[in-house]
Amino acid sequence: MDMKRGIRTRKRHEAIFAVVGLIALMIGVLTFCALFVDMAIKGMGRLDWDFFTSFPSRRAGSAGILSAWVGSTLVMVVTAFFAVPLGVAAGIYLEEYGRKNWVTDLIEINITNLAGVPSIVYGLLALGLFVYQFGLGQSILAAGLTLALLILPVVIVATREAIRSIPQAIREGSYALGATRWQTVRYHILPYSSAGILTGVIIGMARAIGETAPIITIGALTFIAFLPPPPVMAEPPFVSFEWLFSPFTVMPIQMFNWTSRPEAAFQVNAAAAGFVLVFMTLAMNGLAIWLRYRLRRNIKW
Amino acid sequence: MSAPDTALSTELMEEQKTALVAKAEVDRLDFHYGDFRALKAISMPVYERQVTALIGPSGCGKSTFLRCFNRMHDLYPGNRYDGQIVLHPDNTNLLAREVDPIEVRMRIGMVFQKPNPFPKTIFENVAYGLRVRGERSRRTIEDKVEQALHDAALWDEAKDRLQQPAYNLSGGQQQRLCIARALATDPELLLFDEPTSALDPIATASIEELMHDLKKRVTILIVTHNMQQAARVSDFTAYMYLGELIEFGVTDDVFIKPKQKQTEDYITGRFG
Repeated sequence: MDMKRGIRTRKRHEAIFAVVGLIALMIGVLTFCALFVDMAIKGMGRLDWDFFTSFPSRRAGSAGILSAWVGSTLVMVVTAFFAVPLGVAAGIYLEEYGRKNWVTDLIEINITNLAGVPSIVYGLLALGLFVYQFGLGQSILAAGLTLALLILPVVIVATREAIRSIPQAIREGSYALGATRWQTVRYHILPYSSAGILTGVIIGMARAIGETAPIITIGALTFIAFLPPPPVMAEPPFVSFEWLFSPFTVMPIQMFNWTSRPEAAFQVNAAAAGFVLVFMTLAMNGLAIWLRYRLRRNIKW
Repeated sequence: MSAPDTALSTELMEEQKTALVAKAEVDRLDFHYGDFRALKAISMPVYERQVTALIGPSGCGKSTFLRCFNRMHDLYPGNRYDGQIVLHPDNTNLLAREVDPIEVRMRIGMVFQKPNPFPKTIFENVAYGLRVRGERSRRTIEDKVEQALHDAALWDEAKDRLQQPAYNLSGGQQQRLCIARALATDPELLLFDEPTSALDPIATASIEELMHDLKKRVTILIVTHNMQQAARVSDFTAYMYLGELIEFGVTDDVFIKPKQKQTEDYITGRFG
């Protein structure tokens, strides 16, 4: 009888923990869902084709997010262009080339800390370095470089983790056949870690796309009614990089702009833009999951 | 013991009539993992086109010894070799600082304890060593891959699925694929590090049979924890204990009338 009572008590404890855990989980999930649904309901009325193809306007009813989503997309392209090669190369160097000594230990601690530096600090750094020192001005290039710096630690850490999950036996198999370090990286390390690296890159980008503080710091405009010059043209030289030096705005800044207006109609615009931004982030995360699944299908250790 | 052993020893006597040539000579080899002296003054020959087995209890240094031959220890920091391993006929000291470990590994192949095919196709696995060497001719690569798969007794099973992932093969097939991968670049010496410890008895038998065929053209050095296997496949046996070479000799002698009491204790199962 005593034993049965003991079991009952222990099972009760188990049930209590399950409930506590579930509540903890729900607080997080439900809060997000409530926010998202609220935004969706509020903003849904504004979500039509015109909203995506119109410039911001003084009249809430005809204002759109064209310059914002184009700006966000272009900044993301620049960010990825710089953050991916730099981050992946740094990660590979640390894992495959660098000897383990106090210098690499120091670098490692540094990278971990960089990931925790508030984004506004990156904004200040970028303002001094990119905007003034390099004379890039308040351009897409400056913003892309800033966000690239911001997500660099994320990309490095993701690269290192992906590389670390490759069994040592694979490396030894490659070296045993007379491969150099670079050949081993080129034919094995990079292809087998690409899924993990890609996931890290996209998660970093999803963070960058929502960043507001550093972009405001470097002086992105809050109201912009024109698009950057197109990258491709009908006449020679066909390709133009002028857009890199164009002023711009991004989604979160557009949202911030609208929420600070007193008119209620602009709050609806902000909700609609927020919905689009969250959707962009979720889509990127979804892409990361799908790519990881696709690329890992043929690799099982 | 039983019939196969007598068969082996007559065959051995047959072979010993042809003069033995050393493919490699180990001379007072010392190896340190940091401060730990893992190998102590090992000297022994490795005879050409013979199978030499390294046996001994776990932790005796037999794998460490094997991995000196292709400078695998160079991949990790804090390791140090002293003494030499001279590879004939050109008398290259494999351990010399000025000898590039990549050059050593291009001449000496290795098969690992657990089959470690790359997550690529069967064809690409075997072709890898050639690609690493900069071979670009599709024709040459195809010929060599086919030849290596024949040599590793895998051609019949693999010829229709060369473009399939290597992971679709069974464990024993994967290990033969790893052997083919090592053979594709015509190594002079082939190192086996407990190649059957992850395999079932049938796969093990096929690998052992394969080794028997392979020794006609390549010198083999094998680490095994299985004494029956050493007795079955090898011509020479080295018994190691705590980083020292206790006894080296013709396999039959080592197993039937060992010179050292320690060897006898290990072989008869009284120790180890």
